[in-house]
Amino acid sequence: MKYREKATVLGCEEIGTRIFSLRLETRQIAAEARPGQFVSVYCSDASRLLPRPISVCEADAGAGVLRLVFRIAGKGTQEFSRLCSGDKVDLAGPLGNGFSLEMGEGKRILAVGGGIGIPPMLETAKRLASGGQDVTAVLGYRDEVFLRDEFPCRCIVATEDGSCGTRGNVLDAIRAGKLEADVIFACGPAVMLRAIAAYAREHGILCQVSMEEKMACGIGACLSCVYKSKEIDTHSQVKNKRVCTEGPVFLSTDIEI
Amino acid sequence: MAQNMSVEICGVRLKNPVMTASGTFGSGVEFSEFLDLNRLGAVVTKGVALVPWEGNPVPRICETPSGMLNAIGLQNPGVAVFAKRDLKFLEEELSRDQAGEGTKVVVNVCGHSEEEYIGCVEKLSDEPRADLLEINISCPNVREGGIAFGTDPKGVERITSAVRKAARQPVIMKLSPNVTSISEIAKAAEAGGADALSLINTLTGMKIDVERRTFALANRTGGLSGPAIHPVAVRMVYECAQAVKIPIIGMGGIRTAEDALEMIMAGATAVSVGTASFHDQTTVLSVIDGIEGFLERHQVSDIRDLIGCVR
Ligand SMILES: Cc1cc2nc3c(=O)[nH]c(=O)nc-3n(C[C@H](O)[C@H](O)[C@H](O)COP(=O)(O)OP(=O)(O)OC[C@H]3O[C@@H](n4cnc5c(N)ncnc54)[C@H](O)[C@@H]3O)c2cc1C
Ligand SMILES: Cc1cc2nc3c(=O)[nH]c(=O)nc-3n(C[C@H](O)[C@H](O)[C@H](O)COP(=O)(O)O)c2cc1C
Ligand code: FES
Repeated sequence: MKYREKATVLGCEEIGTRIFSLRLETRQIAAEARPGQFVSVYCSDASRLLPRPISVCEADAGAGVLRLVFRIAGKGTQEFSRLCSGDKVDLAGPLGNGFSLEMGEGKRILAVGGGIGIPPMLETAKRLASGGQDVTAVLGYRDEVFLRDEFPCRCIVATEDGSCGTRGNVLDAIRAGKLEADVIFACGPAVMLRAIAAYAREHGILCQVSMEEKMACGIGACLSCVYKSKEIDTHSQVKNKRVCTEGPVFLSTDIEI
Repeated sequence: MAQNMSVEICGVRLKNPVMTASGTFGSGVEFSEFLDLNRLGAVVTKGVALVPWEGNPVPRICETPSGMLNAIGLQNPGVAVFAKRDLKFLEEELSRDQAGEGTKVVVNVCGHSEEEYIGCVEKLSDEPRADLLEINISCPNVREGGIAFGTDPKGVERITSAVRKAARQPVIMKLSPNVTSISEIAKAAEAGGADALSLINTLTGMKIDVERRTFALANRTGGLSGPAIHPVAVRMVYECAQAVKIPIIGMGGIRTAEDALEMIMAGATAVSVGTASFHDQTTVLSVIDGIEGFLERHQVSDIRDLIGCVR
């Protein structure tokens, strides 16, 4: 089910330069959200009509608390960064498919996140780790490290400036650490995902990637957010899949990445 | 006192004058998780063609102040799958009362050529659930996907009469605002035998991403929709209402009941809510409730008394 809710802000703090962690109390969304899914966050300024898609960073079903971590990218995320506890914010969700964690069962798993693609890997790693799975997080940053200390598993870090962990990107860290894997879950900038998909193909690794595209409805009705697929998609009847509905997570071999 | 909310469009009764706008509501499947489709006057489906269309490359949309630009390019699964899947869904989802009345279905049709429009319309003739056809001759994002037919009065009259002959259902022609005189186009559609008119489709616009120093949309241009275009739409509805006798469905930037009432008072018999549904899935319901509240507050017993009341 998808829900439209007015969530209550429990807190909003800056955890890195222009990076904010927003905790929200929800009635339904947190209880049903899975890792890799996202929510549509609506601006209170109605001149900004379109929802902002933000990934689930953590979802505590019992407490009904949803955590979003976002970087200020423009006016909408700027508005969200100014939210204070007690404020209300409109959400729709949980949206999209999320990672198929079953695919990692009993396998060696890498949870790879780059930049603002790291937040969704936190809930992913937490669920895998609490399920007793063999998961290593590989986190790539430009310079400043955030969220790493919250990962409940082995964590390998790469920074572009070499200030922490391997100097370079997540693939450099994977190679430097001689990390072996059967399954990769990944979220990050398109260039990173393309490189990871190529690496997975070379090494015969199953790879799920979380993609981004501009969205208008967020629920599958407007066909704004398509990504080219290898085969004809049953919904569209052409080689287009909706990131908001068939995605945002795709098997890297299913799309023209 | 119960107010009458129902209106008639070319012999088809709508239980209230509020419907969705083509392309902003899919076929209703996705929105049905957020609202009861049975409350709507009609569901208007995304443009469908004779065969599947790929649409444009991404980015297909961008936000603009109080609006958005889109260049979806009429991606659609083709009429065969649409009928088998989407119309079937609507058939099951929409209930009818004892008199056989209920939420109506308006199927929006697009094509690259006269033959394609006719082919698609003929396929839809056998579909009992398609109550009305809305013919898009105004999509600004596909060169032959409509606008080529929609900007010249002679072309409009010709395509209208060709579609009219092929269609079993009443035909609504959907007009482009990207013309010098929309009332000339409206008259041409009426002369061609249109049963009703829908207006407006989107206004062609452009946005430049200054950081990337390039166009925000892959298609370069896109159609502007949302509250930003509402005053333009009201003016065009008014002009057309003065020029033709057939009913008009008004759309363009409707977000509140007041916006919808402006259209109705300017001469629209019914209205469509589009882009505003992206901000709130239930906008269309608050528009219906708000119109009802207005009738009550102003002791208007029949919505039809407001149609074109401002001259
Ligand atoms: C599935 C998904 C999950 C995401 N998860 C996160 C996350 O967890 N944390 C985070 O910081 N960011 C995330 N993003 C990116 C985030 O949606 C954008 O940064 C945000 O929409 C920018 O809004 P703005 O108003 O601040 O920027 P503006 O540039 O002013 O936005 C203008 C318009 O463009 C859209 N837009 C801008 N950038 C993007 C983008 N990268 N992807 C999609 N739409 C965009 C906005 O939604 C808005 O409609 C995610 C994107 C997607 C598609
Ligand atoms: C994303 C999107 C897709 C659209 N697709 C169609 C379409 O397939 N056929 C059509 O006739 N109009 C289409 N339209 C135009 C709308 O039906 C409507 O005429 C226009 O958006 C103005 O109304 P609004 O401001 O309420 O959205 C589309 C509009 C949007 C925003
Ligand atoms: S955002 Fe509308 S279909 Fe994905």
